[in-house]
Amino acid sequence: MTPVLSERPPAVDAAALSLHTARLPRWAPVLVAGLAITAAALVAVLLGWGPMATGLVSVLLTLVLLPGWSRAVEGSRAATDRLVTGLVWAALGIALVPLISVLWKVVALGAPQLDGRFLTWSMRNIVGEPGGVYHALVGTLLITLTATVISVPVGLLTSIYLVEYGGTSRLAAAVRFLVDVMTGIPSIVAGLFAYALFSLLVAPGTQLALGGGVALSLLMAPIVVRSAEEMLKLVPDDLREAAYALGVPRWRTILGVVLPTALGGIITGVTLAVARVVGETAPLLIICGSTDSVNFNVFGGQMASLPVFIYSSYTQPGTQPEILQGMAWGAALLLVLAVIALNLLARLAGRLLAPRRRH
Amino acid sequence: MSIAATQTGSFRRRLGDPVFANLTRAAGLLILAALAGVAVFLTVQGVPALGAGRDVLGGHATFVGYVWPLVFGTLVAAMIALVVAVPLAIGVALSVSHFAPRRIAVLIGYLVDLLAAVPSVVYGLWGIGFLGPRLVPAYEWLGAHASWLPLFAGPVSTTGRTILTAALVLVVMVLPIITAIAREVFAQTPRLTEEAALALGATRWEMIRMVVLPHGRSGLVSAAMLGLGRALGETMAVAMVLSASGVVTFHLVSSTNPSTIAANIALTFADATGLQVNALIATGLVLFVITFVVNFAARTLVARSAPGAAR
Repeated sequence: MTPVLSERPPAVDAAALSLHTARLPRWAPVLVAGLAITAAALVAVLLGWGPMATGLVSVLLTLVLLPGWSRAVEGSRAATDRLVTGLVWAALGIALVPLISVLWKVVALGAPQLDGRFLTWSMRNIVGEPGGVYHALVGTLLITLTATVISVPVGLLTSIYLVEYGGTSRLAAAVRFLVDVMTGIPSIVAGLFAYALFSLLVAPGTQLALGGGVALSLLMAPIVVRSAEEMLKLVPDDLREAAYALGVPRWRTILGVVLPTALGGIITGVTLAVARVVGETAPLLIICGSTDSVNFNVFGGQMASLPVFIYSSYTQPGTQPEILQGMAWGAALLLVLAVIALNLLARLAGRLLAPRRRH
Repeated sequence: MSIAATQTGSFRRRLGDPVFANLTRAAGLLILAALAGVAVFLTVQGVPALGAGRDVLGGHATFVGYVWPLVFGTLVAAMIALVVAVPLAIGVALSVSHFAPRRIAVLIGYLVDLLAAVPSVVYGLWGIGFLGPRLVPAYEWLGAHASWLPLFAGPVSTTGRTILTAALVLVVMVLPIITAIAREVFAQTPRLTEEAALALGATRWEMIRMVVLPHGRSGLVSAAMLGLGRALGETMAVAMVLSASGVVTFHLVSSTNPSTIAANIALTFADATGLQVNALIATGLVLFVITFVVNFAARTLVARSAPGAAR
């Protein structure tokens, strides 16, 4: 014990014993940020910087000034804490800049494009004037519908297997793990798979909408499986046991009791999965091709879709780039609106169809 | 209730259960078969290109020579994206889990979900039509003042369609994935340990450094790897943004850029004929193997570190 005692400082500083350490006032961060923005704006006006540079400089200034002030008053540990707090909020700000920028650009450039003609005309035989995206709308609807029709039954049955029958068997564990791995398959690889499949099944170089549906369902099925599995797990065992006690066979229990209970969550998951694949471009570019005409036939012929239309009309705009590139922004707005609508719908379905709980 | 009805009832029960059980098992097997099918069909269609000549492989003597610059570009773009995205994602995840008040945290969660929901082709459109041109002054500044660094050497791109721009667009696209997993990992830190650290006088950052980050380390690694998988396979944003010339170079802002596997497929598939298609499918197989390995490793980590945290 003696060495420890001898290490003590001989004189005890009164300030160090005090329970109150010096703190910056609550409004210090606001004040420093305000000062930094003002300073950066002044310099920006003098040197003619853009808004991006101004924002960046004011953030950096805040990140230097506030910890500096804090170090002088509160000590180095508190200064580090303030620096990290500043960095965390700066990271959030930086992450939200692209989101706001994307949405702003898409609305600003896309909104003027949307009118009756844009929604009801195709691009067939249209040269040198704005046409419409009706053919792409139809294509996106049909291809997404095909993908849903393929992936939802398979995905739902798989999740039922995982929760109700598989249990801890090795097959179930393998399916669960590989479904997770499948969520990471690059979309273009799914497109190449569909292309290779139909090249072997039908004829080399076949392009058709059904292939697009197959490619998208490969991306969609894992999402459906995972979300439906989570939802089925939430169904209490009491319900199943009650049904068994009434003599209901297992499969009728699953179809009549378990599935309806989890319906809200399953619909939410399926809607989110649709929202995830509705904007997929790469696989459709390969397996569905691109056309200017309306095609209602899923089983034959190239079919346009909104994402592919955006890509091809922006990168290959032909002789009058401003017309087709403008239409690309319009189609992008439609696509973003569709995705946001699907996301809202998913949350709404989850809330409305959630099983009523009695407390 | 007649005897006949009970009999059909028991008959349907006897038949129904095994039929339904096997139906669901078949669905599970179908999903496994689809995954195996991807590998099989890509191999079957890709193998003929392995022995192809220079005319098919864009002037390269062997398939390895053809695919190496693409693999290089894919890795470079994905690694730059990851280097920028991981710190940002950790920041955003921390702001949700430990800094923001509850209401604001929920709002941030919605916004990050929205960021994930925007289709990649729209990000590509934004990258080529807005971000790229906006970055040109910054690139010119880098080229003028930092060209002694090999990264920023070379004739600077005047369109902004460089590998760095493509990587920055990739950052935006992988950010939501990494953030979502990091958020869950941070939220699972034991509350009592956190409070113990605070009670010992730790500041919030010291608590995060000593409790939250060590607890979530393996989760963060797998989150980063899942983000890497996404960045490796992302097609449209890169295909639209990048002005590729298929070279192997570390010059990030010059006008000659490496291409990526996925972007190369998307850009050249429409014009490819004969064996060229097989060559592209073979590069797709390479991409599939790379992303499969990355995702496999990431999922193994997730499964080992935190059962129940897997997404």
